[in-house]
Amino acid sequence: MLDRPTKSLLPASVHKPIAHDSAARHVTGEAVYIDDFPEPRNLLHIWPALSPHAAARITSMDTSQVDSAPGVVAVFDASTVPGINDCSPTMGDDPVFAEGRVDFAGQVLFAVAAESELQARLACRESVVEYEIEEPVLTIEQALDRESFVLPSSTIRRGEPERAIQDAPHQFEGTIRNGGQDHFYLEGQAAMAIPREGGDMVIYCSTQHPSEIQLLISKLLNKKLHSITVEVRRMGGAFGGKESQASQWACIAAMTSEQTGRPAKIRLDRDVDMLATGKRHDFLFSYRVGFGDDGTIHGLFVEMASKCGYSADLSRPINDRALLSIDNAYYLENVVATTHLCRTNTVSNTAFRGFGAPQAVLCMERIIDEIGCYLGKDPLQVRQRNYYGKRTRNIAPYGMKISDFVLNEMTAELLESSDYYARRQRIRQMNAGESNLLRGIALTPAKFGVSFTMSYYNQAGALVHVYTDGSIHLNHGGTEMGQGLFIKVAQVVADEFSVPLEWVKLVETNTSRVPNTSATAASSGSDINGMAAKAAARTIKNRLIGVAAKAFGVEKDEVIFLNGSVIAGRSSVSFQKLAKMAQVACVSLSSTGYYRTPKINWDPKTMTGHPFYYFAYGVAVSEVAIDRLTGEYRITRVDILHDVGRSLNPAVDLGQIEGGFVQGTGWLTSEELWWDDNGALKTHAPSTYKIPASGDVPEAFNVKIWERGRNVEQTIYRSKAVGEPPLLLAVSVFSAISDAVSSLSDYKRWPAIDAPATPERVLMAIDKMRSNGV
Amino acid sequence: MQDRHSIRFLLGSESRELTDIVPTTTVLEYLRKVERMTGTKEGCAEGDCGACTVVVAENVNGKLRYKACNSCIMFVPFLHGKQLITVEHLKNRNDELHPVQQAMVDQHGSQCGFCTPGFVMSLFGMYHNECDTSRVAIDDALAGNLCRCTGYAPIVRAARQALHGHKPDQFDHREKQTLRSLSDLDAAPSVHIDSSQQSYHAPATVKELKQILKEKPASRIVAGATDVGLWVTKERRHLDCVISVSDIQELQSISVEKEMIRIGAATTIAEAMDTLSLYYPSLDELFRRYGSEQVRNQATIGGNVANGSPIGDSLPVLVALDAKLIISSAAGSRTLPAEDYFIDYGKQDLGPGEFLERIDLPLPIEGQQFRVYKLSKRFHQDISAVCGAFSLTLEAGIIQAVRISFGGMAATPKRAFHCEEALIGSPLSGDAIVRGRQALQRDFNPITDFRGSSDYRTRVAGNLLEKLFDELSGREQTIVWEADYA
Repeated sequence: MLDRPTKSLLPASVHKPIAHDSAARHVTGEAVYIDDFPEPRNLLHIWPALSPHAAARITSMDTSQVDSAPGVVAVFDASTVPGINDCSPTMGDDPVFAEGRVDFAGQVLFAVAAESELQARLACRESVVEYEIEEPVLTIEQALDRESFVLPSSTIRRGEPERAIQDAPHQFEGTIRNGGQDHFYLEGQAAMAIPREGGDMVIYCSTQHPSEIQLLISKLLNKKLHSITVEVRRMGGAFGGKESQASQWACIAAMTSEQTGRPAKIRLDRDVDMLATGKRHDFLFSYRVGFGDDGTIHGLFVEMASKCGYSADLSRPINDRALLSIDNAYYLENVVATTHLCRTNTVSNTAFRGFGAPQAVLCMERIIDEIGCYLGKDPLQVRQRNYYGKRTRNIAPYGMKISDFVLNEMTAELLESSDYYARRQRIRQMNAGESNLLRGIALTPAKFGVSFTMSYYNQAGALVHVYTDGSIHLNHGGTEMGQGLFIKVAQVVADEFSVPLEWVKLVETNTSRVPNTSATAASSGSDINGMAAKAAARTIKNRLIGVAAKAFGVEKDEVIFLNGSVIAGRSSVSFQKLAKMAQVACVSLSSTGYYRTPKINWDPKTMTGHPFYYFAYGVAVSEVAIDRLTGEYRITRVDILHDVGRSLNPAVDLGQIEGGFVQGTGWLTSEELWWDDNGALKTHAPSTYKIPASGDVPEAFNVKIWERGRNVEQTIYRSKAVGEPPLLLAVSVFSAISDAVSSLSDYKRWPAIDAPATPERVLMAIDKMRSNGV
Repeated sequence: MQDRHSIRFLLGSESRELTDIVPTTTVLEYLRKVERMTGTKEGCAEGDCGACTVVVAENVNGKLRYKACNSCIMFVPFLHGKQLITVEHLKNRNDELHPVQQAMVDQHGSQCGFCTPGFVMSLFGMYHNECDTSRVAIDDALAGNLCRCTGYAPIVRAARQALHGHKPDQFDHREKQTLRSLSDLDAAPSVHIDSSQQSYHAPATVKELKQILKEKPASRIVAGATDVGLWVTKERRHLDCVISVSDIQELQSISVEKEMIRIGAATTIAEAMDTLSLYYPSLDELFRRYGSEQVRNQATIGGNVANGSPIGDSLPVLVALDAKLIISSAAGSRTLPAEDYFIDYGKQDLGPGEFLERIDLPLPIEGQQFRVYKLSKRFHQDISAVCGAFSLTLEAGIIQAVRISFGGMAATPKRAFHCEEALIGSPLSGDAIVRGRQALQRDFNPITDFRGSSDYRTRVAGNLLEKLFDELSGREQTIVWEADYA
């Protein structure tokens, strides 16, 4: 059994705040990304040509002038695909090249391979494409009106919400919408394909999902999977945007390489990247809630509609997670939530940190805020009133028992450390004056279910080699996008052998070493890859124990690994020496490891089961100040307490919490995707799309890992996933903004602000609040 | 020997001489493609994300001055006579990390690492220019660098660690040697390159500039190229003939004489901002929000005016303050009120062969109040949705004279004549605000775009009047950016 206490002592690497494995190479520029690779001599450069129209039939496409442009070697389109023209993760509805029609502005029509990037880029302009333009479906409302969906709607239901709402002492209804969000990874999509002998090829790609790319290329080019190797050392950020969205570019590079016999590279610039790749889903929520005098929710009805874009992509599991997250931290006895997956003529929306949960939580927290306002209570009281219980009121709407709920304790701790009550009182007093500065404060919690909602993704593999000098080569299926996965897994392996961390070599993720992997996503990277690597290391360790026991004539349980040495009874030998002894004794020093997440089951028909292994929790208090006359605002203070179980690496985890929170804040405040009436995205670069800058993060940014955190499940060293959950805490900023605006009605009404709460939306809400509307 | 036809600079400590480079090659392209130095990254190719940040050092009065710049929109000839420092140059001879690099490692300032070289270079620039470790100073210095992973907190910590422990680094130790190497470059003061695709001039004097313009009146004049750079990187536009004015010392002076602040057109924002803010303190915040450290180090006031964008931040200011533009050519010079320069969207009063030589900004007079407000989605490094500039003369609480100008409200930076008329002779009263607000609706009919809707722009322009009156009447000065927590 994996978690049996072992004969090594306290962990020397695990639980320590160790720097990112590449930190020293990041700061010197030595860390290499796809576009930094030495370029092969005869490398081709690829540029894609994009559709300017959102919905149109292609009546003709003449690329003869493109062909004859300077430097052009080949032009590829749907007609040149030997296999299946698709790069979708599941549904077969994402053509690599447009076929007969275009369904969003930014869709790839064809790709040009030329001797230089500039030549490829300029040649793209030489095509003559004629279209029969159709009326596009651009908004959620239009899609609902026309019943335009990528997949059928789904519903989660418990109890009798309609009656419970009706019978409750109080009811109201409302709506809230949120905008999408571009991932804005700093490194744009990139892939380079290198042909090898016998029709094989290697693809270097900035991707979270090498195995899927391998599969898609095999279908595109009619090749066996064993002919295609996909490798990634690191990504310059991903956040879900390189889960399915990296595939198309890798496919194009692979096809170019295959058909020209030359190495080929594609690297999207920022504008193409933002125009052609999917983003976070916009959602429109309508809700009706019934509740008691004390704020207890009796019944809830939520209808969600998500803007999926032109194809399904990962919209099904994203919408499922939205449904599964609508409760956030609250027990909903009677609830019905339905989600519609709207098909629009926009880029296909995709995975983005949180995967539908942040949107659902935004809606739920709005409802709670409004209940508080309605009852004249601090919304915090309503939150605490509705928190899941320990023994009762502890079953989620989908039937899973919540057995690790720690938000009561965490909330109490944060209220104390953030001085919440006193500050809230001061703010109310300040707002009572005639100032142009409005202040607001809010506490919001987050509960995030950890595991893939696509159940079979919850598995991982690893491959560990020990060399005869004691150095260790670590491979696993997870990919490094900056989240610190590699260092965490290395810490686990180093401690398994009780050797210094430097002895463990972290290497690129490669489909030929660890096959058939899941995407590195759903925050699960260290949970599953850490376990798989530990299993591989454990296998080798057990063999080494056998070697030592035999060599020194002791029982196996007398062999202890300690700080680079191995103690066998009264004898001691260095780890290196033992490795060499094993080789001489003809004992293998290499092993795979495998892990599957236990306890998970899910019935998509009834939307019930145990979809998550466990939950991660967090709580945040945010405070803002708004200029009543301009709608501009500043976050003045943030206090966060977040649960990562027993942290594998507190430095890495703290970085995930701080970074996730700020990223979520950007989504809800300054990041606005803006399409014109023809469906063309006009905010496709940092000059127009504003992610947070350093000045948007308050100096009073007090982020703590919850020291009492411990996973009740047997995860790797009792740690918890941390990638996505902290993003949800940004909702506290949105609530604080709303709280500040509400002050203008003397807290009698809650503003119906939509996200992102740009200065414009805030000012408009202020005007409505002052003119007695909502 | 001086050669007018070559670009000479130091790459780290090595000298480089380029004779056959296309002049609009960006420094980033040069580094990555020619030198194969890939530490410097492209994140946006428009000077907005800072992943490409490098530091350019030059001899200013016998000392090296270090400036963080966006290499993605900087043309290679701009390096002429200077030292280009990239992230690859920062380790010392013992292969030890520079203090700013070490601080980034110690404070866990990198996650994915792609923005990191840019941050390191901005921090390196700060290390040589800034000892202020206040959050405001750090944010201002880092505003041009976007990080999507860390949430900036650890980078701010790294900045503090590095600056607190500040001591001379190897660049300081080598300063004399570097100055000597720069002088040994023997870089010609005036450069002229005729590549097969493009001709490029970087004259050293105004006289020379006039002569070139006379011969090639259709040339594109650039100074910092923070806008024209994007024509090249984003649109791949071909420029036949480019004239850089950034080497003309005469155009880079800022002086005060005869009740005027005289600003040479090629003065960078960074060089001008302190002087201008001294006379008009309200400009301080505007300039802090103007681009970023990197952009302010490259962009010039003259460039901001000359290209005539309706949303250039200095324009409403110059119009409201009744600045005069001195426009010159080989035939002579003429003086034009700033407001008359902007004819229509993309159309300015600048003939072939003419260039903007200087901007004369009147000094404030007694009783004059000046305020400028910029509104955008993000405080730092964003383009205005609306920028309103107000210059008023008050006597006994009555508005005697007023000039109001807005950016973002029309196709050009434009005066609000109706509003001015409504306010003249009036006290700072609520009635005046109402009248002024109504008048603004006659002055402007703004468009809706991604920076703001027509409604918002109209609404907020009126609110700025209210904000102005609140401040001038001493009722309240609301600076949301300075708000602390309760």
